[in-house]
Amino acid sequence: MIVASGDCLKRNSWVCGKYFDEYSGEITTALREHIYLTVVSVAIGLLVAFPMALAARRWRLTGSVLLGSTTILYTIPSLAMFAILQPFTGLTETTVIIGLVLYSLTILVRNMLAGLRSVPPDVVEAAKGMGYGPGRLLFQVELPLALPAIMAGVRIATVSTVALTTVGAIVGSGGLGNLIYSGIDTLFKAQVLTASVLCVALAIVADLLLLGVQRLLTPWERAGGRKRRLPLVSAPTAEVDVRAGAAA
Amino acid sequence: MNVLGDAWDWLADGANWSGESGVWNRLTEHIVLTAVCVLIAVVIALPIALWLGHLGKGGALAINVSNIGRAIPTFAVLVLLGLSPIGMGDTATIIALVLFAIPPVLTNAYVGMRGVDRDVVEASRGMGMTGGQMLLRVELPLALPLIMTGIRTCAVQVVATATLAALVAGGGLGRIVTAGFDLQDNGQVVAGAILVAALALVVEGLFALVQRFTARTPRGGVTS
Repeated sequence: MIVASGDCLKRNSWVCGKYFDEYSGEITTALREHIYLTVVSVAIGLLVAFPMALAARRWRLTGSVLLGSTTILYTIPSLAMFAILQPFTGLTETTVIIGLVLYSLTILVRNMLAGLRSVPPDVVEAAKGMGYGPGRLLFQVELPLALPAIMAGVRIATVSTVALTTVGAIVGSGGLGNLIYSGIDTLFKAQVLTASVLCVALAIVADLLLLGVQRLLTPWERAGGRKRRLPLVSAPTAEVDVRAGAAA
Repeated sequence: MNVLGDAWDWLADGANWSGESGVWNRLTEHIVLTAVCVLIAVVIALPIALWLGHLGKGGALAINVSNIGRAIPTFAVLVLLGLSPIGMGDTATIIALVLFAIPPVLTNAYVGMRGVDRDVVEASRGMGMTGGQMLLRVELPLALPLIMTGIRTCAVQVVATATLAALVAGGGLGRIVTAGFDLQDNGQVVAGAILVAALALVVEGLFALVQRFTARTPRGGVTS
């Protein structure tokens, strides 16, 4: 701490405005990759989880097999997951996306299933009585009613995916994680702190955006007024949320 | 696949199991690190959760601590602590791991305590039990399944997170993976990853067994 100059980059300060000016290109690239990896992974996760949840609902045995295997996948540490996939898909974004999709399945399938099961049988009966076929029943009655639980799952999956993406740095595609990873060798404090803070901010912004989407999609949930305001963890998922566990 | 064959060859080579960077030593490091961190986390989180759950206060904190924990990348905290005056090494690793081990224990134990049937609690109060007796003899036994779930989640998570310690010069099985990356030896990378995954699954399985076993044991306290 001999240098008293105003150059925080040379002093290697934790907080440094000059870092933003000189490295804005790198930060933007990393942030963009991080958002891309998260969005693509959760989107693919949703597409894969939906038929899995439907199958799990229809066939009991399939359900326990699917839930069991996604839980096992969730137990595998992310470093190991990326390392196992890496010889097959290389040091690419694909490797990271496959890993992240596999992790998101645990949460998404569970919450979709919980949501579909929470649809009151009376409502289903009424819809059938009104002549709804299986397709219309699913998309116009059951899915909308399951939406709060599904969206809660999407929020949890998204927030964990944002955090897990950083580990992708070991195969060269970790978004903001790349900046953190290279900081280990360069000891570049401003870079590591900035990337870490951006990562948490990204998770929070994503969560709030999804909460907004959820409210837009389910206006009837707000019908009760202030009393029914959604807490950070909405009720149907508290259980799933608490028990689903590992993957770091 | 060829890579799996390479991984098998690596695992089958006895030389890879001995010495400082051998599997046995790395496995021991990993298990010791995990055990220490889980123990510290339980000692810190469990009393707080039990007390808050008993009083019925601090629910928002107990639940949100898990949400916050999920949003913070463990990897980032490991590196941040490593660059801080603490320096890269065991201390930084243990602090980071404990920080992330606390939320599952805290949240599950709290939810477990609050989930205890209120009638049962009222009955014990009516029987003249003191607050401490209610906590230890009524609420704690009934909340035990969820408390165990929390510790199990915590342990599996620490096993996983301890792998990341290898990235910041810590020990453990993750070192086999990172060393494999440095040597560009895919066989070793996959072999190390398989070992890590196997350890995580074994820990999960052991806890599942313990939970099943304890769930079937008749609760002694009251009858005996």
